[in-house]
Amino acid sequence: MPDKPTEQIDRVAIRFCGDSGDGIQLTGTKFTESTALAGNDLSTLPDFPAEIRAPAGTLAGVSGFQIQFSDTDIRTPADQPDVLVAFNPAALRANVEDVRPGGLVIVNSDAFTQKNIQRAGYEGDPLPEVRERFRLVEIPFTTLNREAIKDLGLGSREGDRSKNFFALGIMCWLYNRPMESTLRWLESRFEGAVLEANTRVLKSGYAFGETTDLFPTSFVVPRAKIQPGVYRNITGNTALALGIVAAGVQMDRPVFLGAYPITPASDILHEVARYRHFGVKTFQAEDEIAAISAAVGASFAGHLGVCTTSGPGMVLKQEALGLAVMTELPLVVVDVQRAGPSTGMPTKIEQGDLLMVLHGRNSESPVPVLAASTPGDCFHTMLEAFRLAVTYMTPVIVLSDSYLANSSEPWLIPDVDALPRQPVQYWSDVEDFQPYRRDPETLARPWAIPGTPGLEHRIGGLSKEDITGNVSYDPANNERMIELRAQKVAGIANAIPPIEVFGPDRGELLVVGWGGTQGVITSAVEEARKDGLDVSSVHLRHLNPFPSNLGKVLGQFRHVLVAELNSGQLHSLLRSRFLVPAELVSKLEGQPFKVAELRARIEAALSRPKE
Amino acid sequence: MSAKAEKLTSKSFQSDQDLRWCPGCGDYSILANVQRVLPDLGVPRENFVFVSGIGCSSRFPYYMNTYGMHTIHGRAPAFATGIKACRPELSVWVITGDGDGLSIGGNHLLHTIRRNQDLQILLFNNRVYGLTKGQYSPTSRLGMRTKSSPGGAIDYPIDPIAFALGAGATFVARTIDVDAPHLQEMLRRAHAHRGTAFIEILQNCPVFNDDEWIELEDRKKRVDSALRLADGEPLVWGAQDQRRGIRIHDGIPSVVHLGDEDDPASKGVAIHHERYETPAYAFALASLQRPDFPLPIGVFRAVERRTYGALLEEQVTTAIAQRGEGDLAALLHAGDTWTVEQ
Repeated sequence: MPDKPTEQIDRVAIRFCGDSGDGIQLTGTKFTESTALAGNDLSTLPDFPAEIRAPAGTLAGVSGFQIQFSDTDIRTPADQPDVLVAFNPAALRANVEDVRPGGLVIVNSDAFTQKNIQRAGYEGDPLPEVRERFRLVEIPFTTLNREAIKDLGLGSREGDRSKNFFALGIMCWLYNRPMESTLRWLESRFEGAVLEANTRVLKSGYAFGETTDLFPTSFVVPRAKIQPGVYRNITGNTALALGIVAAGVQMDRPVFLGAYPITPASDILHEVARYRHFGVKTFQAEDEIAAISAAVGASFAGHLGVCTTSGPGMVLKQEALGLAVMTELPLVVVDVQRAGPSTGMPTKIEQGDLLMVLHGRNSESPVPVLAASTPGDCFHTMLEAFRLAVTYMTPVIVLSDSYLANSSEPWLIPDVDALPRQPVQYWSDVEDFQPYRRDPETLARPWAIPGTPGLEHRIGGLSKEDITGNVSYDPANNERMIELRAQKVAGIANAIPPIEVFGPDRGELLVVGWGGTQGVITSAVEEARKDGLDVSSVHLRHLNPFPSNLGKVLGQFRHVLVAELNSGQLHSLLRSRFLVPAELVSKLEGQPFKVAELRARIEAALSRPKE
Repeated sequence: MSAKAEKLTSKSFQSDQDLRWCPGCGDYSILANVQRVLPDLGVPRENFVFVSGIGCSSRFPYYMNTYGMHTIHGRAPAFATGIKACRPELSVWVITGDGDGLSIGGNHLLHTIRRNQDLQILLFNNRVYGLTKGQYSPTSRLGMRTKSSPGGAIDYPIDPIAFALGAGATFVARTIDVDAPHLQEMLRRAHAHRGTAFIEILQNCPVFNDDEWIELEDRKKRVDSALRLADGEPLVWGAQDQRRGIRIHDGIPSVVHLGDEDDPASKGVAIHHERYETPAYAFALASLQRPDFPLPIGVFRAVERRTYGALLEEQVTTAIAQRGEGDLAALLHAGDTWTVEQ
């Protein structure tokens, strides 16, 4: 039969959704890898329940994976998918309202049984209504999958597992994605009948797309014109793991990672644990407290101590973190924030831990706080955190979130020779040693490690005498030491770059954000500027201390709008610190901002009558 | 720096800090004996690290002229685990108490022992909270009246030896704060052991729980109330004319009275062995409590098992042998990559 025509488009957003046992995250990830290799820019949003296998066919068990890819630079997974692939009625119900009006909805028609329709909470067959509002394509994934592998002798349960790859094959045809990376992955993962089934089903799906009358054309999204170089696809968690390993290499010291499993940070531990050949030691501790305690011990012993956790674990680490502040040891603690409070929604998105990491310890206990802004930026943030920790002899907090952790983007692989190198030097001068004598410039105390003759000393949580570090209850000394530690952390502002404004550096409205919202805020501001609105933005990586020019930048705008996925934590800090009448855009739904939501708030702020 | 090795004495291990324990506290004796033993262990002073949590006993590192870390309540075993995991050549000692180690820090003590990390853990057991002024502890006797238990403690106590055995300890011993020769011997044995060496030290708190261990601390009373464990020797105690032995049947211990001429073995008295693979025998010993039985003093169990640190080092060296030393550029480029041209 003749080749079908192709149509060129500049971008598309697709969401796969189904039961959490349907392999949705895997399908999305493999489609993403193909898309990355096709040279598009991309952004993804995995969205899954905390339950490993919620009851099949229910709304509670719906797992989704959205990807947007384009021929230009993009920053978000898109507000609305253009295409929805729904594996069952529950997935359709949970997702169809997000689809762009008139968009393409592909369903597994085999799954639309009376029982499944009821289980999803529909009164009757939902497809007639979907047909009216969208372009509906019904494909019997299950039947076609069974047909493709019927001679392989797999049980129906085992055989049905590959139906997600049938859908993946169709989508690869529809958007002209190469399948080689997925085929290679299958070969590395499976063997025998299961390998054959998955390979065959993937190819059958592709062939089905090619031959069916359901799709008259396929689509081509040309390669993106982005910065030249070698790229890989990366998630925030992988980037943090690579950053941890890279820190050890660049500082020429072994890394010790103490961690306790917690969603959504566990993948960092998994990844780092694979790199023992870098001399990296990972320690799966008995709890969050032991994880940080062992890491502080490692730092005392001269290694690069680091811990990875999420909010509920961060809470438990605060006491040991206070000890690291008091003993002035280098340490990096990563908090991959998730939606709360309490256990909250472990797989969902929030930026709710800022005030906790800044102020959640007893007494005056300042720590530097950095926040990564994109998945790839997690790598560089990690390296910077280690440099600050060692240079200033202080624990440093890195904030990520479950959006950055799981979503992915093409990452320009940095040239290792161009990465900052800072081999660690321990203190060795016996004559001139005092445990708390500070470097006059950084106010860092010396890092003197066990095993060094003549530098034997004791550190601990009791109040420290200036210079000697001996236990002291002297009132004036206590105040002085609190001031010195505060000055040390505040002084980091001298070592970090001034904040850069996206857009003109003065005007009507400045949008301020931090962490994982950079893509969506920048997109909203860019769109608004294209429409002629007078709006700029700044995005904070350094939350303690703030960049030294932040107050001045804020003062150059008539209105300030702080956008964050909490109830106003940075907002209150900026108001109290700089006395600016900033407004707040807040969201606490466990989901990222949409561009349209921010656009609306930008427009509202600018349409207000001037005083 | 001068190359000549310093001749170490107990004074070499005394720091310049004033001791701040109460007069008569058992900690003074323990400190002095540790300082006496350390010079003989063949370890350079700079390789000793003392790590403690919170409580009276946990001030210990401040008084030792070694590296030291006074950490947070109950967590010392975890800090020590990190130190030793990174620096296997260091001799790392954990100083804890019955409250610090068995109450707030019970979880860390359990898991550190279970992993068999190569540490010496000295648990000073005075059966009371001293630093917070006299509340009952997890080892206090049922019914003990304190400020926080005016009607008597209604918690059943835990025995530190049984706890350590339950956690899978490879070395477990009990000694007495004022019995200098025995205490020193136990410290030496603990240091020689590879893996977690756990010692319960019966320690007097003269202010809040005075004479709790008087039957063991008083030399004359000790004859009648302590059972000295010696590898390969029968479980026999008592004055010459009142010798008794411990028989163990089906894991249940009982007392046998021995005449002057009786051979303990022929009377069914158990012979002490430190190296049974099963902890069952050591558990039976741990169940011996006053006043029905003498309290065993000495090494309950000493078995060989690879340490956490050794297994960790082996994984690192194996990974390097198999994959070569890590190459950062190769790591960053691992997996599927693609090139965007100019």
